[in-house]
Amino acid sequence: MSVLIKGGRVIDPANRLDGTYDILVEGGKVTRVGASVPTGSHQVYDASGKWVVPGLIDVHVHLREPGQTLKETIKTGTQAAARGGFTSVLTMPNTDPVIDSPAVVEFIQLKSKEQSLVRVYVAASVTKGGLGERLSEAAGLKAAGISALSDDPFTVMDSEVMRRGMEYARTYDLPITTHCEDKRMVVDGVVHEGEVSMRLGVRGLPAAAEDIITSRNILLAEMTGCHLHLAHLSTAQAVDMVRAAKRRGIRVTAEVTPHHLVLTDHAVEACGAHAKMNPPLRTQMDVKAVREGLQDGTIDCIATDHAPHTALEKEGGSLSEAPFGIIGLETSVGIVMTELVHAGLMTPRRMVEAMTMIPADIFRFPGGRLTEGMAGDVTVIDPDQEWTVEPNQFASKGRNTPFAGKRLKGKVIMTMVGGEIIYEG
Amino acid sequence: MIWPSKDLLDVASLSREQAEEFFQYADACEKTDVSSLGKGKTVVLLFFEKSTRTRISFEVAAGKVGAGVSVAYAEAISVGKGETLEDTFRVIQSMGVDAVVVRHPISGVLERPASKTTLSVINAGDGMHEHPTQALLDAWTIRKRFGKLDGLRVTVVGDILHSRVARSNFHLLSKFGVQLTAVGPATLLPAGLSHFGVQTTTDLDKALIQADVVYVLRIQHERQQKSLIPSVGDYAKGYLITADRLAKAKSTCVVMHPGPMNRGVEITDQVADGPRSLIFDQVKNGVAIRTAVLAALFNRRPAMTTRREVIAL
Repeated sequence: MSVLIKGGRVIDPANRLDGTYDILVEGGKVTRVGASVPTGSHQVYDASGKWVVPGLIDVHVHLREPGQTLKETIKTGTQAAARGGFTSVLTMPNTDPVIDSPAVVEFIQLKSKEQSLVRVYVAASVTKGGLGERLSEAAGLKAAGISALSDDPFTVMDSEVMRRGMEYARTYDLPITTHCEDKRMVVDGVVHEGEVSMRLGVRGLPAAAEDIITSRNILLAEMTGCHLHLAHLSTAQAVDMVRAAKRRGIRVTAEVTPHHLVLTDHAVEACGAHAKMNPPLRTQMDVKAVREGLQDGTIDCIATDHAPHTALEKEGGSLSEAPFGIIGLETSVGIVMTELVHAGLMTPRRMVEAMTMIPADIFRFPGGRLTEGMAGDVTVIDPDQEWTVEPNQFASKGRNTPFAGKRLKGKVIMTMVGGEIIYEG
Repeated sequence: MIWPSKDLLDVASLSREQAEEFFQYADACEKTDVSSLGKGKTVVLLFFEKSTRTRISFEVAAGKVGAGVSVAYAEAISVGKGETLEDTFRVIQSMGVDAVVVRHPISGVLERPASKTTLSVINAGDGMHEHPTQALLDAWTIRKRFGKLDGLRVTVVGDILHSRVARSNFHLLSKFGVQLTAVGPATLLPAGLSHFGVQTTTDLDKALIQADVVYVLRIQHERQQKSLIPSVGDYAKGYLITADRLAKAKSTCVVMHPGPMNRGVEITDQVADGPRSLIFDQVKNGVAIRTAVLAALFNRRPAMTTRREVIAL
């Protein structure tokens, strides 16, 4: 089977390409990237006027399987990924049971092979059960094929345990992706601690709670030589700390979500629990700082923290009772393009880089580029297509998004994994 | 009078004009026999949290408008573990009840269920969010005493962080150009107060100097557990309202408290029972305000707030 993706604007930062090229995908691999590839007997996909980019990579999703399949399954979550243009995802360990043993890793790998059209990579919990007390067995987990260790969303509060977890991560050459939150400062917290929490009469999640653990983890990374990846950065202070850490040569990388690039805590007043997540939406100053951080490379990549929940959980009670988390796979490209790229705040190259090459390199995934000989994971985006976010049409089981009804410009129209078109819209 | 909606969930969404109209309505109700205004109507008092004074206040108010009243206590349960508030309202509505007064430990819990029922929903305190009838009676009390609200200085002392009474008062009084100051240890002053136009200080004496009203909040013993105060005794050393401290305040300065009082912790006997105290006026006015709230909700239709109109109803 061969497909010739013809006449699109190929944006492939890894190969320093941004221009009109044809991409030939044969036998599951990219075989030619050229100015004018002859059609021959290949199936032609007309990409004129569209962007052709490496298959997008989301290094922070919650597929909720095993154990939380009312919220999402590997099948529905990866369908959502495909619709969002993602060809690879890294799934987080807070499932039930927690991903802390080779058995659970293998379960996910088998399920993915059976039911997922996109590549599913696994992050295992740095501690057993995600309890922050005893280390998971890294050797066995590495052999089972995990791509990273993580404590998302349950910060390892004991600094000694975290230090040892990082040392093990380094021992087995695994990055460690961390959710930074001082758990004792955020008890009963619902939204960012500030004007909105005051008005709503709910406890807040202070920015300092994130900053304190961010700082601690950076210092531990410096001490242990571990590769630290900071999940969902949301505060101006954290951006500054990462900038300084990188200058000092510490092995730290960071991701930011589309929603933190776009919304403040005021969104909670409009959208209720559909704008409730952790870390929470914060202030305009924080939004500005993370945008600048993404632009100057302090923040390396974009990741959605796709976190589906059932409608009952999100809407059945009050804001205080709703669980944290919003979905993001199917709106990521649209939001980033509308609010940043089309607004002139981000170049197409930077966007593509932050969603392909860089996350691939951080977690050592193959892909993130359209190099001849590599897997044919390709995403086609119509940069000008306008569309309205309609959650009821999502492939994800989750409907918990603050962007419902929003009009966006920029849409994924084709997703290809290993040379096979898995989504066309 | 024109009441903005079928419910009274908060004072934040009232305009100054609406609040003023309501005060005039309450003035009128106070001077009239309102016993027919709730005739044939029923109100259920639904308490998911302890309440004595607010409950009794509403019961007496219901009696004054001639409405039937029923009191129910329920346990606040988490989503998915029992009957939803929406279903509880539906059940009560199906019994032909007209209004429900609810007190609940969770902030903002009433908004959605209120929108799904035809019952008039009156918030008697939701978590740390709002206590609208308390703010209405407090503002009305101040207005009665001073003949106005504009330009007055109100200092609120105590556990503002957890106080729905404080929040509602800040919302309502700021609509009337009242200058607001919040005083307490830094642990009890929430972030974001400045967005309300409220000045904050940890210096009680400074805050008392120009105050027209000192509004004292209750300190709960449980706050010791969470490192918010080292002990109630220590809190009292800094913030207990005594006659001596009030001596530095204006001679016209009055003291208010939403109750129940922890005598000796936030306020002394001398002050609570002294000449500056409006505390028991607040209780009396609470019945009048809640009577007016029920009367207004039971007789919702555009009307002028004249005494004549009230009698005519």
